[in-house]
Amino acid sequence: MNVMNQSLSFTVNGAPVSVHSSPVTRLVEVLRLELGLTGTKVGCNAGDCGACTVLLDGRQVCACMVPVGQVQGRDVQTVEGLGADGALSTLQQAFHKHGAAQCGICTPGMLMAARELLDSTPVPTEQQAMDALGGVLCRCTGYRKIVDAVLDVAATLDETTPDAGAAVGAPLLKIDGKPKLTGEESFGADAAPADSLWCRVVRAPHGRANFTVGDLEAFKAGHPGLEAVISNKDLPGAKLHGVYPVGKDTPVLATGFTRHKGEGVLVLVGDKLTVESIRDDDLPIDWSPLEPVYGVEAALAEGAPLVHDDKPGNILTGGFLQKGDVDAALAAADHVAEGSWQTSFVEHAYIEPEAGWAQRVGDRMEMHVTTQAPYMNRDEVAAILGIAQEDVRIVPTAVGGGFGGKLDMSVHVPLALAAWSLDRPVRITLERPESMASSTKRHPARMTATAGCSSDGKLTALRFDGDFDTGAYSSWGPTVADRVPVHATGPYIVPNVRNRTQAVLTNAPPAGAFRGFGVPQASITSEALYDELAEKCGLDPLEFRLLNVIRHGGETATGQILEHSVGMAECLEVMKPAWVERRAAATAFNENSAVLKRGVGISCMWYGCGNTGIPNPSTMKVGISADGKVTLYNGVMDIGQGPNTIMPQICADAIGIPVNIIGQIHGDTDLTADAGKSSASRQTFVSGRATQLAGEDLRTQILRLANVGDDARIEIVPGEIVVRDGDAQRTIDLRGMATDPNGDVLLGTGTFDPPTVALDENGQGIPYATYGFGAQIAEVEVDTELGTVKVLKIWAAYDVGRAVNPMQLDGQIHGGVAQGLGLALMEEYIPERTENLHDYLIPTVGDVPPIETFLIEDPEPLGPFGAKGIGEQSLIPTPAAIFGAIHHATGARMRHAPATPARVRAAILATRQG
Amino acid sequence: MAQYVRPESLEEALALLADAPLTILAGGTDYYPARVGKPLDDDLLDITGIDGLRGISDGGDGWRIGATTTWTDVIEADLPPLFDGLKLAAREVGGVQIQNVGTLAGNLCNASPAADGVPPLLSLDAEVELAGPDGARRLPLGEFVLGNRETARQADELLTALHIPKAADDAVSSFLKLGARKYLVISIAMVAVVIEPADGAVGSARVAVGSCSAVAQRLPDVEAALKGQPLDASLGQQITQDHLTGAISPISDVRGSADYRFDVAATLVRRALGALGAGGQGQLETAA
Ligand SMILES: Cc1cc2nc3c(=O)[nH]c(=O)nc-3n(C[C@H](O)[C@H](O)[C@H](O)COP(=O)(O)OP(=O)(O)OC[C@H]3O[C@@H](n4cnc5c(N)ncnc54)[C@H](O)[C@@H]3O)c2cc1C
Ligand code: FES
Ligand code: FES
Repeated sequence: MNVMNQSLSFTVNGAPVSVHSSPVTRLVEVLRLELGLTGTKVGCNAGDCGACTVLLDGRQVCACMVPVGQVQGRDVQTVEGLGADGALSTLQQAFHKHGAAQCGICTPGMLMAARELLDSTPVPTEQQAMDALGGVLCRCTGYRKIVDAVLDVAATLDETTPDAGAAVGAPLLKIDGKPKLTGEESFGADAAPADSLWCRVVRAPHGRANFTVGDLEAFKAGHPGLEAVISNKDLPGAKLHGVYPVGKDTPVLATGFTRHKGEGVLVLVGDKLTVESIRDDDLPIDWSPLEPVYGVEAALAEGAPLVHDDKPGNILTGGFLQKGDVDAALAAADHVAEGSWQTSFVEHAYIEPEAGWAQRVGDRMEMHVTTQAPYMNRDEVAAILGIAQEDVRIVPTAVGGGFGGKLDMSVHVPLALAAWSLDRPVRITLERPESMASSTKRHPARMTATAGCSSDGKLTALRFDGDFDTGAYSSWGPTVADRVPVHATGPYIVPNVRNRTQAVLTNAPPAGAFRGFGVPQASITSEALYDELAEKCGLDPLEFRLLNVIRHGGETATGQILEHSVGMAECLEVMKPAWVERRAAATAFNENSAVLKRGVGISCMWYGCGNTGIPNPSTMKVGISADGKVTLYNGVMDIGQGPNTIMPQICADAIGIPVNIIGQIHGDTDLTADAGKSSASRQTFVSGRATQLAGEDLRTQILRLANVGDDARIEIVPGEIVVRDGDAQRTIDLRGMATDPNGDVLLGTGTFDPPTVALDENGQGIPYATYGFGAQIAEVEVDTELGTVKVLKIWAAYDVGRAVNPMQLDGQIHGGVAQGLGLALMEEYIPERTENLHDYLIPTVGDVPPIETFLIEDPEPLGPFGAKGIGEQSLIPTPAAIFGAIHHATGARMRHAPATPARVRAAILATRQG
Repeated sequence: MAQYVRPESLEEALALLADAPLTILAGGTDYYPARVGKPLDDDLLDITGIDGLRGISDGGDGWRIGATTTWTDVIEADLPPLFDGLKLAAREVGGVQIQNVGTLAGNLCNASPAADGVPPLLSLDAEVELAGPDGARRLPLGEFVLGNRETARQADELLTALHIPKAADDAVSSFLKLGARKYLVISIAMVAVVIEPADGAVGSARVAVGSCSAVAQRLPDVEAALKGQPLDASLGQQITQDHLTGAISPISDVRGSADYRFDVAATLVRRALGALGAGGQGQLETAA
C-alpha cells in the first residue's frame, strides 16, 4: 500500500508551487514528473551519482533522497533557475567555454553543486571546488574541465565562429552544448506522451536457474491497473536476438531457464504506481536455482555445466594470429620476459540508465531511446516484432553516455513488446541495479604472454594467450576475440607473433563492447613485458619503445604495411622531456621518502579505426532547402563524444560555407541515412569522410549549376546561393527549384566504407584502413604501507591524423584517461554483488589528476581532411602506464586489475619476501 | 494506505511511536538507497520537523548533539579540538549532499560496520539518549550498537540525542579513513583517536577502529600502552597488530582481506597517534 497523497507547497526557482503527492515521494520525481522540470537527472536513486543534485534552502542535496514532505515551505533551486531570460549564467558560460559538458547528463548536478560553493565562496581554491563536486559523478570528462570551469566563472565566453573554410581545426564550442547546460536537453527518461503506460521488467534473481511461470491471467486480474504481463509465450517475432547477423543467442524473454542474474523474464505494463508497487516476489514464478558458473576457470574446468548446450567446453569463439616462427624466435632471443595477468569485469557506468518510450503508429513501431546504434536497433526491433525493417523508426534521444554499453538492445525489448501489443504509448527507465545486472560489461581477461628481444633491444617475438570471460551471451564477444590478436603486440614491429584468444561463456552478464574491445586488457601484458625487456637490455623504457615502434612503411603482425599516418614515434618524442624530468624527480623524491614512493610509467598504444576486416560503411547527406537552409542529415550518434559538432565542421569546409549556418537532423532512421554505430572509433574517420564526400558532392552540384571553377566561393543567403569565381558572380535562385520530401532542392550524398582485407586463418590481412596511435606517461605516488595509489599526473600524446576540433579531442583524452584510471585502480564488477554505484566504484573528481595532452597530426589520406579516431585510443594506454609507474615506484608488478589498495599492498609485501 | 507523519513535537512523535510500529526517517540517506526499485510503502515517522531536536549545545558538563543534527552542522559548529576527529569524519561521509542532510543519529541507528560516525563517537565516550513511552534512558555508544544493523533501540524508542562528556581543555583528536577512492567511498578501515595530554605525555588515550569488525571497537590494549608515553612524533610507533588482535575481527570482502585490514588498521593507528603527537592530524599529504 502506498502513502496517502498530501497537498504540499514550496518554491521552485523562486516561484511558488503546490503539488498533491505522497510525502514520501522522492523530490526528484515530483520535480520531473509533476512539475515537468526534467533538467534534474536521475542516475541511481540512491545518492551515489549526484545527477539529481539541487539546492534546498541554498544547500546541495540529492533530490532522489529527499522526501517531498520535507520540502514543505522551503525553497528549491534547480538547473532551470540558473540562467535568466534564456541567457546562460556566468557559471554555465564557463562550463561551455571549458567543454565541461560532454554528454551532459551530469551537468545539471555539477552546476548546482558548484552553485552552492560559489554562493558562499565566490573565488574558491581548487581543493574547495573538488570538495564541493565530490558527490557528483561524471563518466565522460575526467572532471578536470569541470574544475577549470568552476575556477573560471569570471571568464567571458567567445562565441565567434570560424569563417568559411576554417572550421576544421578550430576549437569550436560544442554546437549542442547549450541545452546540456540549461537542462533543456532531452535524454531517454525526459519525455514521453502524458498518457504513456509504464513498464518494468521482472528479472531473474539468480545467476543460473530453472523456472516455471504460473497463471499470469489470474495475476493480472488481481492487480487492477496492470494492463499486461508479457512472457515468452507472447512474442510476435524472433525469440532470440543479438548484435551479430548470425549466432543470435539472447532470449527476448527467458524461457524456463536463465543464464545470468538480471535476465528479463516478464514485462509488466500498467500505470506507474501499479507497476512499481508489485514486488518481484509477488509474481507466480517458481525458481529452482542452480550453481552459477562464474569465472573462466570454472567455465573451462572438466565437466563444467554448459552455459549453452550447443557450445562445447563453454567456448563461444576464438581468435588466432600467427606470423613467423614464434617458438624459434623466443628460443633464440637474447632476453625473454613472461608473465600472467588478470583483469575484472568493468561496468560502463554511464550516468544515464537505459530509458525511452515507444508507440505503435498504424503498422509501424516508433521508438525514442537512448542508443549508440539506431539502425542496428531498428533491424533488431523489426526482427523481434516480425515486421519489416522499414516499419521501425528509431528516434534517438540525447544519450547520457554510452562507451559501448548502449549498442546492444536493452529497453527496446520491453518497449517494443508492450507498445506493439497494447497499441498505447509506453515508457520505461531502468533503475541502476537492474541496469548494472542486465547490461554488458568489459570482458575480464586471464592472459599469459611471453616476449623476446635481441641484446640490443630489438623485439623479436611475442606470444599471447588470453581467455576472455564473455558472460552468458555473445554480444560483442567475437569482436573482442578478433581485435585482441591483431593488437596484442602494441604499436611495435614484432617479426614473430602468435596470439590466441578465447571467448568463454559463463553465467555473468554478457560482456560486450567497451571502449577498446579487449585491447586495454592486452596492452597491460605487452607493455609490462617490454618494460622488463628494456631493463634486461639496460635501456630506458622510453628509448626501448622508440627503438621498436612502428613507423612509416612498417609491417604489422597481420602483414599490413602502414604507409600513412603513423605518428607513433612523434608521440614519444614530444613527451620525452617530461619523461626524463619526472623519472629523475621520482628517484630524487624516493631517496628522501620511506613510505611514500613515486614512480613514472609509460605505455604506447595503437587501435584500428572501424570494424575488423569487414565492411562498415557510413552514408551522410546534406541538403539545401528552397529558402536556403542547409541541413546536415547526421546519422552519427553523439553520445557525448562530439560528432554533433565535428560533422558540421567537416561538412562546412567541404562545402566552403561557415559552420554556423548548418542545421542538423540527428540520427532519426526515417530521416537520416545509416551512419553505422558509434563504436570502434569509427565515426570521425568513416562517417567524417562520408560527411566530407557529401559536402563535396553538394559543392560540386552548386559549382556545376553556376558553371564556375573549383575555387569559387559559395555564399548561401535566403532563397539563393551566390557563387563568386574571381570577378565573376552568379546567383542560383533556389526558390523555383523542385523540392524533395524533406524540402530540399539540392542534396549532397556521401558514402564511405574503409578499404580492408578480411583476415585469413592465420590472422593475416588488412583489418583496418587506418590506426590511431598514442602514448601516455603516468606519474604516481604509492603509499607503500596502505597500498593506495595516487595518480599525480598523466601526459598523453596522440597522432589523430588531423585535429578537427582540438578542444573535443582534449575532452575525449581526459575522459579516456579517467576510465583507464578506474580500470587500473578501482573498478571491479562482481556479478550479484556490486550492482550499484556504491559498491562499484568509478573515479570521482578527487581521483583524476591533471592531464597534459599533445596532438600529433600525421595525416591519414582516407580520413576527412586527414583525421582519424580518438574515442577508444584515449583509454587504452592508461592502465599499463599506471602499472608501469607503480612498478617503478615500488618494484611491485601488478598482475591483477584493478590494483586496489589491498592488492598493491600484497604485491609490495611479496617483493620484500622474494 | 501506509502512513507518513511529520510531527512538530517530541511528545507527539513518541505517542505515535508507542501507538504503532513506525519506520523512523531522518535525512533519508540510508532509507532511500535501500529501496531503489522497490515500493515506498513503509509507515513512516519523519523526525526532521521536531522542534529542538537539531543542533549542538554545551551544557557545562558536556555537549548535547540533537538527533537531527547533520554532518554539515558538525563541520560548521564552533567546537574545541576535541571534536577535530569527528569533524574530519563528517567531511568524509559521502559527498556534501550527504553531509547536508544525513544525521549522526541516523548513522548510528543504521548500524553499518562501516559507519564513519561510530569510531570518533566511541573515542569521544559518547552516550546515546533514547526516549520511549516510559521516559528517557542513556546508554554508552558501545552498548547501543550491538552488531551489523543491530542496535539496543526498542521499537517504540527514538534516539533523541548524543551526549559527549567534557574532556581536558587541551584534548586533541583525529580521524583517518582509508577507502579505494577520494570521495563517496565506504571505509576499508578507519581510526579515531582522542588524547588528553598530561605534562607533555599522554594522560589518557581513547582509540577506536571501524570497518574491522561487525561494530567499531575501542582498542584497550593500545590505550593502555599509550598511557604516559611522551607526546611527540614517536607516539604510537610501538603499536603493532598484536595490540589490535583481541579487539577487532575483520572479515575479508571485496574491499580487502582480513589480513590486509589488520595490517592497515595498525598503520592508521600509528599514523594518527604519531601525527597527534607531532601536533598534526595524520594524513600523509605531499605536494605534487
Ligand atoms: C552516497 C552515500 C554515501 C554515503 N557515505 C557514507 C560514508 O562515507 N560514511 C558513512 O558512515 N555513511 C555513509 N552513508 C550512509 C548515510 O549517509 C549515513 O549513515 C547517514 O548519517 C545516515 O543518516 P540519515 O539521517 O540520512 O539516516 P536515515 O536514512 O534517515 O535513517 C537511517 C536509519 O536510522 C534510523 N533512524 C534515523 N534517525 C533515528 C532516530 N533519531 N532514532 C531512531 N532511529 C533513527 C532510520 O529508521 C533508518 O533505519 C552514505 C550514504 C550515501 C547515500
Ligand atoms: S540520482 Fe540521486 S544521487 Fe544518483
Ligand atoms: S558529461 Fe559528465 S557524465 Fe557525461
